[in-house]
Amino acid sequence: MLKSVRIILALALTITAAHAGVLPEDRADIMYHRYEGGGVTIDGPSLLIRKSMLDDLSVSFNHYVDNVTSASIDVQVYASGASVYSEQRKENAVGLTYLHNNTTINFGYTNSEESDYSAETASFAISQDFFGALSNLSLSFAQGDDVVRMNNREGGVITSTDDIGTVDRNNYRIAFSQVATKNLVFNATLETITDQGFLNNPYRKIRYLDSDGITQKDAPEQYPETRTSDAFALRANYFWPWWRAALKFEARTFTDTWGIKGKTFEIKYTHPFDDAWIFEGKVRQYDQTAADFYRDLFPYENFQNFMARDKEMSSYSTFGFGAAATYEWKNIDFSFIERMTLSLYADFVRYQYDDFHDARESRNGGAFAAGNEPLYEYDAVVTRLIFSVYY
Amino acid sequence: MRKLALIFLALSLSACSITPWVKPYERQNLADKVMESERDEVQGSYIAHVYAAREGQRGAEGGSGGGCGCN
Repeated sequence: MLKSVRIILALALTITAAHAGVLPEDRADIMYHRYEGGGVTIDGPSLLIRKSMLDDLSVSFNHYVDNVTSASIDVQVYASGASVYSEQRKENAVGLTYLHNNTTINFGYTNSEESDYSAETASFAISQDFFGALSNLSLSFAQGDDVVRMNNREGGVITSTDDIGTVDRNNYRIAFSQVATKNLVFNATLETITDQGFLNNPYRKIRYLDSDGITQKDAPEQYPETRTSDAFALRANYFWPWWRAALKFEARTFTDTWGIKGKTFEIKYTHPFDDAWIFEGKVRQYDQTAADFYRDLFPYENFQNFMARDKEMSSYSTFGFGAAATYEWKNIDFSFIERMTLSLYADFVRYQYDDFHDARESRNGGAFAAGNEPLYEYDAVVTRLIFSVYY
Repeated sequence: MRKLALIFLALSLSACSITPWVKPYERQNLADKVMESERDEVQGSYIAHVYAAREGQRGAEGGSGGGCGCN
């Protein structure tokens, strides 16, 4: 971890408690989520239940499902046989929160399973209010162990599965929140993530020019076996007293040992109406530079030790905007229910790639030479419908 | 940006002897539901996952993360 962060960490740990924190609200959420874009449709449910007990404990359980139907550009370019595949991912997560005066301790465990990937993550976090509850410092650590497999398909049906490798992940996060005024809160978050193991997608390939300089051929991607990244985010929430509305701002930077640099800017406006409605709008911009070993088309086979053609490793930008509406029922006849809400969120995101070309246009009699195809871009719509009960 | 944030953190941590300038009875606006960073935890972690699965960057999101083969 950075030397400067270690110094601040040592200072933070010497500060004593002064004020009580609060447990998360008891609630049950059922969400339908849907992502549609780039030839991929992913939808499914997510169920969250949270309950407090003994005045200082809160437990939570989340069951989440992704139903995937994919005819992405990678599937269309590289998959033999069927041009569309279907997959399902299931994720279960449990959490335990313990509150003691102004200190909150969280334990979490998440398991994700799909036919060709298993992931387990265990996390621990400690959060401390101090300085009259105007400040909060939290430290968290998560360790993940993943198993990577590869399905062999014939006609879209899985005929066998091969073990490919494993991934070990460690996340280290420190976050600090500060109340600045009656209407303004700042937050700074720094997170370092380290990965080791098989870090690429076993299905994806790179392409290179054959000895004739015209014919394109495919070969498996070759990624480094380690990756370390640092992400830093600054957030500010401002309460607009004249309208009883809130303006939220986020700026995030990212850098890693693969040479990728990313920047995110997001502005969100939240406005209540008639004491039962909340409306929200947001705008988000993301820009990224390519990994050092990324190329859309390599000049020849075995050009370098590490080679990638994953569009998520390329230079590109995204622009998105979203809106949300929440309605709240307050006077509920059932004795144990305090209130209920129904929320709809919708986001539109445009992805525009600067150095990832549409290889479909140069294959199977396409009109373009390899490397001269149009740059790839696509739009995605992300929708969430959530019904929540607070008890 | 990182240097600025580190200075901000150090100043905040060094001010322990100063009386809180926002009294408890002045914090009603901060506790308003519109000021919540994320009203719905399930959707906050979901949209963070959507972004992380399609972007090279990861970390320092508003919520916690986990692994998946979503690349």
